[in-house]
Amino acid sequence: MANSLYSIVATFESPDTIIKAAKAVRDAGYKKFDVHTPFPVHGMDKAMSLPETKLGFVTLAAAILGAVGMISFASWVAAVDYPLVIGGKPYWSWPAFVPVTYEIAVLASVVLTVVIMIVFFFKFPNISHPLHDTPYMKKVSSDKFGVSIQAQDELFNEKKVRELLQSLGGNVDAVYYSDEFINFKPQLFEPKFLLLLAGIAMASSAGGYLLWNKILFLPPYDWMMEQQKVKPQMVSNFYSDKFAMRQPVEGTVARGYIPYPYKDKPDDAGKYLVNPLLPTKQVLELGKKKFLTFCSPCHGNFGQGDSRLRGQFPNPPSLHSDKVRGWPDGNIYHVITNGQNVMPSYQYQVSREERWAIILYIRTLQRALNAKESDLQ
Amino acid sequence: MNEHLNNIIVAKKELPSSLVKLGWVLTMLGLVLVGISYITDAQRAVQNNLIGFTFLASVSVGAVFFIALEYIAGAVWSTPFRRVTEFLAATLPLLIILAIPLFMNMHNLFEWTHTDVVTSDKVLHGKASYLNVNSFTIRFAVMMAIWMLFYLVFRKHSFVQDLNHDQKHTSINIKFAAVFIPVYAISISLFAFDWLMSLTPHWFSTIFGVYYFIGSIVCTLSVITYLVVSLAEKGYFFKGITEDHYYSFGALLFALLSFWAYIAFSQFMLIWYANLPEENFWFIARWKNGWEYISSALALFHFWIPYFMLVSRPSKMNKGNLKRTALLLIAAHFLDLYWMVMPTFHASPVFSFHELAFPMLTLGLIIVVFAIQSKKYNMVPIGDPKLERGIDFRL
Repeated sequence: MANSLYSIVATFESPDTIIKAAKAVRDAGYKKFDVHTPFPVHGMDKAMSLPETKLGFVTLAAAILGAVGMISFASWVAAVDYPLVIGGKPYWSWPAFVPVTYEIAVLASVVLTVVIMIVFFFKFPNISHPLHDTPYMKKVSSDKFGVSIQAQDELFNEKKVRELLQSLGGNVDAVYYSDEFINFKPQLFEPKFLLLLAGIAMASSAGGYLLWNKILFLPPYDWMMEQQKVKPQMVSNFYSDKFAMRQPVEGTVARGYIPYPYKDKPDDAGKYLVNPLLPTKQVLELGKKKFLTFCSPCHGNFGQGDSRLRGQFPNPPSLHSDKVRGWPDGNIYHVITNGQNVMPSYQYQVSREERWAIILYIRTLQRALNAKESDLQ
Repeated sequence: MNEHLNNIIVAKKELPSSLVKLGWVLTMLGLVLVGISYITDAQRAVQNNLIGFTFLASVSVGAVFFIALEYIAGAVWSTPFRRVTEFLAATLPLLIILAIPLFMNMHNLFEWTHTDVVTSDKVLHGKASYLNVNSFTIRFAVMMAIWMLFYLVFRKHSFVQDLNHDQKHTSINIKFAAVFIPVYAISISLFAFDWLMSLTPHWFSTIFGVYYFIGSIVCTLSVITYLVVSLAEKGYFFKGITEDHYYSFGALLFALLSFWAYIAFSQFMLIWYANLPEENFWFIARWKNGWEYISSALALFHFWIPYFMLVSRPSKMNKGNLKRTALLLIAAHFLDLYWMVMPTFHASPVFSFHELAFPMLTLGLIIVVFAIQSKKYNMVPIGDPKLERGIDFRL
């Protein structure tokens, strides 16, 4: 199998001799040669006359890319797409972006340097190399220092190269390779490989499913479910009154909360409550929106008691009856706030202003179905 | 010893006369200007005296730190140039001379020395047990004593080693260096708190000590780098100084100036973000009435320009580039101290001959002391066991 000559190699005993050998090989005019040592030998770059690496420019470009990309992204998010006032500072507060910009610049330069180094500088995927798995490589990766002159070199002449390396005191050998082995291309779409991928995907999905949905709910992994908190209907021994939550101090009112004084007194509500809103376009639109959201499911889109729930519940009454039309606004407000018969209280879903707006909208609907002559003119 | 040491210039070679002359001219001119400055505007002269004093402290105490750093880190590459650092540390006693006018004019500098202000001010009253003239003076005396003590120990063992080539001096110095590093960390922080932060006694920043420390270290290394490179160009030290030696100076300078930027920005960002009125006024004063240009120039000349001057590998080995960067950073340290001191006293930036007097005097003094020292002692520590490895140093 191994039939073509790849290179003539020679092993040396010490870092000093390998530096001398590298200098001699370079001075003899060979270009395609390489040196292999078990550890980095200082001064080898100069001895081999290697040019300065260009990798630094890749790192610089990647760092600039990362920095510019991140500061643009942060600026766009914070000042354009989702402006939020944070700490009373302007939307575009550049000092806050500096740490993340710096981090991303470092991350981008490190990751891109490694990736570009492997892919472009090392010509990945370089599955195999003629020097791999040879006695030479075993030696130079443990305790010997080797130099290898490739047969592709323009000046290559096997006899001369052997003479040169021998004159330097090296232990000379030759490395052969087979074209077939070197030009082997990995076959990605082989059934076995695809089966392996599918197997890995299935195993990892099953493992993930079991972990997140089953195992975490089994002892001893379910400890997160045991929390020291008081659940509904439980007795708390922390306070003497056995309640978990505190009652408000007597005679006080929570901020933003106005108590409703006419509970169970619909007539008083009708008598004393006055709609604080005027039927402007804005208010009526708000009332319409809230009416359609909260009232129409039962009372119907026009308040005629004809929603799709008809028949499943006791019939919701029409809002156009004489009774409702005759009510003062306060009575309707009382019904929305307290509920009536089957209708529950809507005081937590609908704010006070919205209730008054809904009442104005109901008045508009009532007027629309019972319009006066004068309205048509 | 061996063949290498024959190449070393063991003889006590004098500095180039142009440099010595420059040193004396700067010192004399500086002295004259300082005199005029004190006569015409004593208030402003004291402020500039403080800048000059802290600059000299940066270089002299920083030089002692670099001596200790070399011993404690077992650094090899810097051993052939250690004498430069030791000569620079010889400016330490001059700190006392520069401090005398400051102590005489303390009332013009430090608000907390006025007892009537302190008694009526709750914050200053609370700080009075630390910030009072007696403990301030004692702290300064103790710091000077500690620095002088360690400097004299390092110097004695280093110079005696030239004669007897005994390795035990290195081990003794390593032990002293191990003690000196933490002592230095505490003392330089307190020095910065005392002399610079207490100019605005209501203000506080726990990172301020580190900020002054790294600024002073960048400045010291710049002075060392400038002297080493320009003397090496004229054939001092030893033959065969390689790019690897220069690269080490460039890389260390690069690392330290990046650390300065990190600390400077950290100090700014935390105060800016929290935006607490008891902290932020210090930076607000430095961002209005023209001070914003000084602040921007500081970021530009202390970080951005030198950063890109040193970022590439060949530029860290280029002698001309190293010298230019070092000079720029020395100037930037003056700017840094100016930025720390002056906004307390002036609503907007001021610049005239007052501001030039003390930089001239301090730079002149450093050169003169360096010249006198180099005339008396070897430029290379010929007895140091690490010297040969330092000369052979390769990256």
